Amino acid sequence: MSEDTATNGAETLAESGSGHGGDAAAAVGGSSHDIPGVAPSGLQIHPMEQFEPARLFGEGEIFWYTPTNVTLWMLLAVLSVALLMVMGTSGRAIIPSRAQSTAELAYGFVRKMVEDVAGKDALGFFPYIMTLFLFIVTANLLAILPMSFSSTSQIVVTAVMALAVFLTVTILGFVKNGMKFLGLFWVSSAPLALRPILAVIELISYFVRPVSHSVRLAGNIMAGHAVVKVFAGFAGVLGLGSVLPILAITSVLALELLVSFVQAYVFAILTCVYLKDALHPSH
Amino acid sequence: MEGQLAHIGAGLAAIGSGAAAIGVGNVAGSFLSGALRNPSAAAGQTATLFIGIAFAEALGIFAFLVALLLMFAV
Repeated sequence: MSEDTATNGAETLAESGSGHGGDAAAAVGGSSHDIPGVAPSGLQIHPMEQFEPARLFGEGEIFWYTPTNVTLWMLLAVLSVALLMVMGTSGRAIIPSRAQSTAELAYGFVRKMVEDVAGKDALGFFPYIMTLFLFIVTANLLAILPMSFSSTSQIVVTAVMALAVFLTVTILGFVKNGMKFLGLFWVSSAPLALRPILAVIELISYFVRPVSHSVRLAGNIMAGHAVVKVFAGFAGVLGLGSVLPILAITSVLALELLVSFVQAYVFAILTCVYLKDALHPSH
Repeated sequence: MEGQLAHIGAGLAAIGSGAAAIGVGNVAGSFLSGALRNPSAAAGQTATLFIGIAFAEALGIFAFLVALLLMFAV
């Protein structure tokens, strides 16, 4: 008896939420919300649908200059970083406010990372790495909010950042070291016969850097959010038993909180490693 | 038929994610066993830990990329 009412409740919930396809209101049956290209059986909530960029205004094609939800959430991330930094630096109190200590914590954390990993002579690049880190971590954290859009899950966004790092590092390496930068590929500690083979491997691994650098961030964020959506689909189908998937969603979101910080950290720290390679190319 | 084969290939490529998981687990486990022997030296090595994890994870990312290409580009 109670199960019957629960399923009915779930169905009315699904019907009431049919207009906007919200997070928790998963569709149970009902042909009105079939997403084109998805089989009608099985999950009615498509886990990858949330990553589709959409125009903010009007209908039609998306060009490179079109304001979409990707640009909106990137703008929000930039604005929140700016707000934190403006609020953090406006008081300059001896006993810091919450905003000031957060800003100081972020500054000290990134500065120590650059100093430890890339060395003291890379501190000129500290503002760049700080910008990257704060933007990524804020965009990731904003993406955890319900109904938000995860801009860092778009490979386009992360690829631009990774390519910028790649170009910066390559140009810096040649400017600082000239042709000695090619010593990065010539492993002088290896036996002479092995060196050409190692050079090919090093060359491949060098050019693959921007790929792994960008897809790591986008893939991690995308996978986490898709998992949340899959569990949301379960929650809509199970009726009273949906307590379990909701608990699972909560714990997955906790993991996402960790992942969004760790991935920003990894992105920044790999930038530091590449910078160190460019400044000191000897093996 | 070819599309279905591409889906099978994408599923096979997902095995690579499991292999990357073994690699990441190795890095983290070795770090932990070293850190418990000498806890005072552990704090300075967390950056190395994350770099190691990132490099081990990179190969899993290529498997993921192959799966993505098979799903959407083939």
